Amino acid sequence: MSAANVHGSDARPVESHVHGHDEGHHDGDELPHASLRGYLIGFLLSVFLTAIPFWLVIGEVFADKRITTAIIVVFAIAQMLVHVVYFLHLDTRSQAGWNMLAAIFTIVLVVIAISGSLWVMYHMNANMMPMDEHELRNQP
Amino acid sequence: MSSSTISPPAETGNRYLVSGEHHPANGTMLGFWLYLMSDCLIFAVLFAMYGVVGGNYAAGPSPKDLFDLELVAVNTAMLLLSSITYGMAMLEMQRHRVKPTMLWLAVTGLFGLAFVGIEMYEFHHLIHEGAGPQRSAFLSAFFTLVGTHGLHVSFGIVWLVVLLTQLGRWGLTAANRRRLACLSLFWHFLDVIWIGVFTVVYLMGALR
Repeated sequence: MSAANVHGSDARPVESHVHGHDEGHHDGDELPHASLRGYLIGFLLSVFLTAIPFWLVIGEVFADKRITTAIIVVFAIAQMLVHVVYFLHLDTRSQAGWNMLAAIFTIVLVVIAISGSLWVMYHMNANMMPMDEHELRNQP
Repeated sequence: MSSSTISPPAETGNRYLVSGEHHPANGTMLGFWLYLMSDCLIFAVLFAMYGVVGGNYAAGPSPKDLFDLELVAVNTAMLLLSSITYGMAMLEMQRHRVKPTMLWLAVTGLFGLAFVGIEMYEFHHLIHEGAGPQRSAFLSAFFTLVGTHGLHVSFGIVWLVVLLTQLGRWGLTAANRRRLACLSLFWHFLDVIWIGVFTVVYLMGALR
């Protein structure tokens, strides 16, 4: 998350002084300040983090599918972080930290909802009563 | 709330108008962020559903039979390009230049349209092949998840067109700048969701 503090923070005071003619209450200052550098870094990282997984899967680079799966999941999480930091401009300072707090709360809920659903439902599947021969033969 | 706001200093006799407690001047951005987080929960539920029933093919086609990864890669590129062009629009907005802002917004909208168009072509192709949402639990979950994302992008495009007319008429007013910032969050958020979609549905589907 330290990268969020690197980009844009140097340009911030300059921008707000140059364009200080917003109607009275400096509305523009509340909006996230973006920088070309930040967008370009985010875009290049995203291209990299998108192209590699597609290449791994289409080119069938690894014989073991579990390795490929693990890599593309890690890349997806990394790319989501890149987008959130460089495109959504989420940092600990925006809205006095409430944005970050809401995001963390949401991530916790998302992890509980997804991992909990998968866990419970796969166990239900495994704990189902085994079918007898008659049922197996007459499956839909 | 605090007593100092109620009793003005008696010696001056001036009257003060104190507008309550100090709060962040831009509640809209926080409110919109909270909306996005709730939207995130909708997608989390859809992802969970896809994760649970995504392997139930009902003796029908599997992801490997259906998905064209090259097409998905093109689609992903469209959405990624639309993200960077929206970023360019925001940069022009910060420079208070209306025409370049509108131009980049229009380019963003075209990339968005290309994305929705490719997705509709894919859906049409699948349904034509008999792999519609009613075929199996996997396909029901697939159409719900990817379709919900596509609907979001479509509404984003409508919003974008509305903002273009607003900008053409009123220019970069404070309200329009705030709206642009909200749509920026919405647009980039949809790209984040798409990362999950192409990884979980398409790439991991091809590996299944």
